[in-house]
Amino acid sequence: MSLQQDVELMRNIPLFAKIEPSKLKLLAFTAERLTFGQGDLVCKQGDEGDSAYIIIDGEADVIVDTANGEVTVATLKKNDFLGETAILCDVPRTATVKARSDLETLMISKDLFFQLVGQFPSMSIEIMRELARRVERTTVQLREAVSQQA
Amino acid sequence: MERSIYKFIFRFSKREQVFILLFTVLSLPFYYVSLDIPKLIVNNVLSDQVTEADASVANLDLGMVAAAEDIRSFSLFGYDILDMERLTLLGIYCGMFLGLVLINGGFKYFINVYKGLLGERMLRRLRYQLFSRIMRFPLPHFRRVSSGELIPMVTQEVEPLGGFIGDALALPFYQGGLLITALIFIFMQDFWMGLASISLYPMQGWLIPKLQRKVNLLGKERVKEVRKVSERIAETVQSAEEMHANGMARWELAEFTSRMGRIFEIRYAIYNKKFFIKFLNNFLAQLTPFFFFAIGGYFVIQGSLSLGGLVAVLAAYKDLQPPWKELLNHYQIREDAKIKYDQVVAQFAPAGMREEEVVVGEVAPEPFNGALTTSNLRYDEDGEVLIDGFNVEIAPGQHIALVGGPTSSKDRAVMLLAHLLDPASGKLRYGDAEAQTMPEVVTGTQIGFVGPATSLFSASLMDNVIYGLRQAPRAPRDAGDDKARKETERQLSEAAKTANSADDAFADWIDLERAGAANREELIEAVRHALSVADMEDDVYQLGLRGRLDPETRPEAAKRLLEARSLLESRLKEDSYRGLVEPFDRDAYNTNATVGENLLFGTPVGEDFDLDRLPENEYVMSVLAKVGLVDDFLSIGHEVAQTMVELFADLPPDHEYFGQFSFISLDDLPEFQALLRKVERDGLEELEENERLMFMALPFKMAPARHRLGLIDNSMQERLLEARRAFAEDLPEALKGSVEFFDHDLYNTASSLQDNILFGKLAYGRAQAQTKIGELISDVIESLELRSTVVEVGLDFEVGIGGARLSSAQRQKTAIARAVLKRPQMIVLSEATAALDGSAQTTILKNIREEFSGRTVIWAMHRPSQAKDFDEVLVMADGKIVEKGTFDDLMENKAVLADLIGAE
Repeated sequence: MSLQQDVELMRNIPLFAKIEPSKLKLLAFTAERLTFGQGDLVCKQGDEGDSAYIIIDGEADVIVDTANGEVTVATLKKNDFLGETAILCDVPRTATVKARSDLETLMISKDLFFQLVGQFPSMSIEIMRELARRVERTTVQLREAVSQQA
Repeated sequence: MERSIYKFIFRFSKREQVFILLFTVLSLPFYYVSLDIPKLIVNNVLSDQVTEADASVANLDLGMVAAAEDIRSFSLFGYDILDMERLTLLGIYCGMFLGLVLINGGFKYFINVYKGLLGERMLRRLRYQLFSRIMRFPLPHFRRVSSGELIPMVTQEVEPLGGFIGDALALPFYQGGLLITALIFIFMQDFWMGLASISLYPMQGWLIPKLQRKVNLLGKERVKEVRKVSERIAETVQSAEEMHANGMARWELAEFTSRMGRIFEIRYAIYNKKFFIKFLNNFLAQLTPFFFFAIGGYFVIQGSLSLGGLVAVLAAYKDLQPPWKELLNHYQIREDAKIKYDQVVAQFAPAGMREEEVVVGEVAPEPFNGALTTSNLRYDEDGEVLIDGFNVEIAPGQHIALVGGPTSSKDRAVMLLAHLLDPASGKLRYGDAEAQTMPEVVTGTQIGFVGPATSLFSASLMDNVIYGLRQAPRAPRDAGDDKARKETERQLSEAAKTANSADDAFADWIDLERAGAANREELIEAVRHALSVADMEDDVYQLGLRGRLDPETRPEAAKRLLEARSLLESRLKEDSYRGLVEPFDRDAYNTNATVGENLLFGTPVGEDFDLDRLPENEYVMSVLAKVGLVDDFLSIGHEVAQTMVELFADLPPDHEYFGQFSFISLDDLPEFQALLRKVERDGLEELEENERLMFMALPFKMAPARHRLGLIDNSMQERLLEARRAFAEDLPEALKGSVEFFDHDLYNTASSLQDNILFGKLAYGRAQAQTKIGELISDVIESLELRSTVVEVGLDFEVGIGGARLSSAQRQKTAIARAVLKRPQMIVLSEATAALDGSAQTTILKNIREEFSGRTVIWAMHRPSQAKDFDEVLVMADGKIVEKGTFDDLMENKAVLADLIGAE
């Protein structure tokens, strides 16, 4: 996979949509491409986290360890990002992410992440939008869970 | 030690000194005869008018060149035909002259060599005495004296003494003899003239020493200052970290400057005085002829002295000068030597030195036959009482913990118990033997001691662990042939002549039995066991993985590692490892390796093919030219430069990416920008040679899998493979040793164990590749039972000066392993695990207590809570035992121990 192809790929990811091409090239050059085999753990709940990932290809399960055992709460697909919570608010990983298939990711270190967010407001907005979407989804799930219990 | 250098000289070299003197005296007649011969030739052979009187005067003349009258009587034109008799005589005289020249030269050669030998032997004896006294210094003294002070004393300060010792007796006697003979001659010529010639001696004898004393004092001062400077330098070297951490270079430099200034002032004063003395001496020496001319002339005019007599006296006075100068010179050297000796010796007699028998006494290290008991031990340092009324009884096999705060002196207490410090009063007994007179070889065998910070020797890790097994030579060294054996014997007997150690340092010193081993393999096992007790085995294993093995000396191990390589190769085909490693293959391009690595396809040995500097290597460039890759490298380099400049040009100059990702350093960026503009204007062809090289160097660092620049495509890879083949085929003889090529079936000496097993490159961008492969390598090693081989290689690791290449925790663990390995009857630890993390502390505590179950453990704890489970806990405060009992009982009392734990 060459750098130029990476840049093309990243341009299609909403998060990077508004970043100018030259910056994107630098990002592609500096961010590490990381491939996971099927069943590999991308991150583990409770571990320290210092990087976020953007899925370029493949799918991954988000698994939460609860009192009643492991629960798969979501499945991430191409262009989704993960791992941002741990680096945004310095908490241990909140969930385990496991590669469902062979998984291609772009790994963004904590430093790089903050630099990007600082440099490109469009990226911050995109991340806020995604986070809000997750809060909304969680609220819905909570409502459902409560009504089921009642 | 002898109080003065003369006592030292006479005690150890009386016979040799007398021998030199006798030999010197013996050489004198030959010398005189040789001086006499020219005169004989002139008088008896060449001259016709030989008179009795001339001959007698000439003989009295102490062999100086023939008297003036003789020379005048010699006339070359006085004869033209020599009769045979005179010719024969001339031949005999000339032959005698030549013979005497040889004899004199021989004497001189022999005496000089003998003096040198004597001086060197005495120096060797002195240095040995000094060093052996360092061994006897009480430990606290090492806190007051630094190595920077001791080293110059033992090495260069005593050096001039060697030269002096050979001359100590012979020179004053010999030169004195010459002086007296000349004086007698003068006195025989004329009493008053004689008196005149020595008239200034009393003055010189009084004044010169007076001045000399001042020079000596300055000399002492200088020696002290220089010693301080070397101490400072040693200190700066040791605390370079502190100096940088506090930004103290400026102060250090100022401090150093002031010391150099002081030395300069002293030296300058010395020069002034020294050369003034010389001036004075010369002046006085010239003053005497003044008297001769004045007084002698007066007598000649008066007619009471013949002119010939005056001339003879003047000639004799010339003879007086050299010995007198030599004597004065010797006097200065002697004074210098005396000071040096006194000053050095004074530093080597601190109070509380151990007896020689205790330090080097050679006895069989029998085990102690009972409990360790102390009665009223008292210990002080610099007058301060640190331990008082210390009474314990520790039965064999008991595990004792000492706890106490920082002022409790528990560290001193355990050092006393381990016979490392000597009490001021009171008694320490091991069984019924008294510690004070017990040779260290016994305590060193039966007691293992580990302090809070250990310094290791600059040797291999193995040598450091088995250090305690080398107390005495066990078997003579492998003698080799007859010649080698004789040489060894000669060396040892030479050492014996100067009372040096009679032991052969190259003998086999390792006491296998102490470690419970019968041979080297078992010793390695014992070492591994000791290492695992100290929680160090895994560290050494890791060092071994990164270490190198020499297949010449361990062919079997190399073969087994190749087995590991093939096992790993087959395991890598399993699903979970697929694609994590790209193996080396002579016929395939390795996309995870850089272009340079692919070209070399081997491990560089030495600096010729250093991977960072490949583009500078002429042979590498010639290979590129041969396969026609020069232009490609140039254009790829050009493209890389373009990309880099494009990517990095806008970044702020201090951006971390420059260091991390760029092929081009920040400093070079503007230069590349200029180059790129030039290429845009004139094309690549117009570049100059060094500019081309700048571009051509860039591709060497590229790895396709990592940099993904898409510049090394398949056809390019093919051509690089061609270059790889050309590189290996045409490698000149001189460079053959500079690279060790990767060969699937051969062990690669220049690579680490790990790389040899892996035989490939970890793939970039594969999650957890490193961890997974690390585990796989361990697996493979485990399944082939190669772990002990790896550990053995790890034991070859050179620990560096003071063990600096190991972490402080590893150094401590090594010290613990060393104490465990020698299987002592008793182990004494003084906060020995304080440098380690919590879990290692717990592990080691448990391991040692298990290992030493049935043997005595005395442990000064840095955390009192660790004393739990010990048979008895001694609680110390201000140098006294304030509580003793089991941990639980003491905790129930809620007294000192409970407080200490509360404060933990």
